[in-house]
Amino acid sequence: MSEGAPTYDLGKLHGGLRLPAEKQASTSRPILIAPVPAQLVLPLVQHVGQAAEPVVGIGERVLRGQLVADTHGSLGAPVHASSSGRVAAVEPWPVARRHGQTAPCIVIECDGLDQAIDTTEILVDYRELDPVSLRQKILQGGIVGLGGAVFPTAQKLMQAATLPLEYLILNGVECEPYISCDDMLMREYAADVVGGAQVLMHALELPKCLVVVESDKPAAIAALAHALGDIQDPRVTLKQVPTIYPSGGEDQLVQLVTNREVPSGGLPSDVGCVVQNVGTAAAVQNWIARGEPLISRVTTVTGDGVASPLNVLVRLGTTVAEIVALAGGYTERAQQLVIGGPMTGKSVTTDLVPVVKATNCVLVLSELPAVGDERPCIRCGECAEVCPVQLLPQQIYWHARADNERKLREFGLTDCIECGCCDLVCPSHIPLTADFRRAKARMRELADEKARARRARERFEHRNQRLQDERDKRDSELAARKDAARNAGPDAIAEILDRARHRGESDKDEDS
Amino acid sequence: MWTAVVTIASISLAAGLLLAWARSRLPENDDAVADRVNDLLPQTQCGQCGFAGCRPYANAIVAGSAEIDRCPPGGYDTIRRLAELLGREPRPLAVPGSTTMSHSVAIIDEALCIGCLHCRDICPVDAIVGAQRCMHTVISSECTGCELCLPACPVDCIDMVTRA
Repeated sequence: MSEGAPTYDLGKLHGGLRLPAEKQASTSRPILIAPVPAQLVLPLVQHVGQAAEPVVGIGERVLRGQLVADTHGSLGAPVHASSSGRVAAVEPWPVARRHGQTAPCIVIECDGLDQAIDTTEILVDYRELDPVSLRQKILQGGIVGLGGAVFPTAQKLMQAATLPLEYLILNGVECEPYISCDDMLMREYAADVVGGAQVLMHALELPKCLVVVESDKPAAIAALAHALGDIQDPRVTLKQVPTIYPSGGEDQLVQLVTNREVPSGGLPSDVGCVVQNVGTAAAVQNWIARGEPLISRVTTVTGDGVASPLNVLVRLGTTVAEIVALAGGYTERAQQLVIGGPMTGKSVTTDLVPVVKATNCVLVLSELPAVGDERPCIRCGECAEVCPVQLLPQQIYWHARADNERKLREFGLTDCIECGCCDLVCPSHIPLTADFRRAKARMRELADEKARARRARERFEHRNQRLQDERDKRDSELAARKDAARNAGPDAIAEILDRARHRGESDKDEDS
Repeated sequence: MWTAVVTIASISLAAGLLLAWARSRLPENDDAVADRVNDLLPQTQCGQCGFAGCRPYANAIVAGSAEIDRCPPGGYDTIRRLAELLGREPRPLAVPGSTTMSHSVAIIDEALCIGCLHCRDICPVDAIVGAQRCMHTVISSECTGCELCLPACPVDCIDMVTRA
């Protein structure tokens, strides 16, 4: 089947770069199953959306797979204990995130027994569930997009379900250098990937599924072809795409394999596609078929700063230090620790950060990032040449520096996928992507402020209206009473006088 | 000579009619301008400008009775945008005051609150809820950080904290 898989025309994808893959080092050994650590650190935010709400108390004993923090708000994912033990604390802990150094985490002291919760009640045949309840069930598994975006999978499905859909695309492209966790997962857990694809297709009632792998992963393609041969599902097709960065970007992949362009500001579901990472599919299968929520993942530990690079199947909440130790520890040349790949990763200053749902790679490099050799833009246009979204980074750069929100919108900053291609080719070494990230954050902030101001204005106007209404009502009541008194005839006055006299007499009676 | 007089008179008449027509047709009355001025103001409703909220200040700016330099929470950015809209010269902020209101929200120390209603009644955006002799609380998503409740509290149980 793999021989027949067509390779796509690169002309469909604008720009991009052919980068040295650097993946051999970590793919030469099978996936190592990491031991249960002594302590687990589980951040409440490991996904896009609102933080999960802890549902366990300090000192409480928890089992593997037990819910420890539940979804809170309209967008989010629950968090489960990765092993059994006692909840030691809910406290801030260093994490690898774009904003802020620490985040609230549930800390669990493991007891080493690794006792799992009873799954007999959870397990049902997914084919007996209707798509809506299957999507609800996926939500409870705490599954998020494992390709790096960590968008809650169930909510992605729920959003997509409202639109007419055609394709489920399983993303096994993994185009960023160094990272090989998806490659290894496809090689060793191909059956889970394919099984997950079937579950996802059922959850969205999709007629077709494309499993897309980059052409430089022949072993993964062979394993998938074998797994597909086992299930004999004519709806699922295996596809190859050429090795070019960033063909694994969601919108880029849709364009490559379906030749449909995702509209600006839109989602793949707008053109009838739902893209899921292969790791996500395997996690869905693990949850639906075995009742195990997302409590572990495959992570690549690599770079020239670790002794023996490899992939590990690690419990979420294990610290990076522990999995680096599994890779033989740091070498003398280790200089920089990056969580994620070299293009989109985040540099961190401590290896005490936990492995979370998003951690696809731990990269230890022997070089520090070049700082301070930024030079003025010479308008060469290289960045526009490589931009996969066909933006004009050099123009956006000026407007970002000038904080010109209108121009930034006009030039499509919101469509930037932060792939980092422009940084890499810039002869002036301008950190364009970092600038764009900042500018995007600023735009979001401004939009928030605007929305808040609009609400405040409405509330202020409502309050003024209410106060005015109250005043008007009081005035009109007063006026009505005055009117009544003025129009009262002599009888009414006599009656009032009479009443007053009687009151006077009764007072006297009481006195005596 | 008469030709010249008649020509000039008819041109004036035509121009006058045109102007009158334009005035009636174009929507830019003071109210519409005040709306646009109000849109540029931060809607903190803090009253530091000396008016009872952003809309009254916007009206005053349009009426010409207030300068554009009296909004501390808006800061220089707001002054610049107002100047652009109204064709006036930007100028430095004339009112000393808190410029970081939009980043903070009020929080009531619920253990100390005596339920006096003073803060609830003064809040310009109805962001405080509570009843007589019952604990009050701030709806932090609606709080504009205007600080008007701080002096109103007789037991000083309200603090300003950074918006989450």
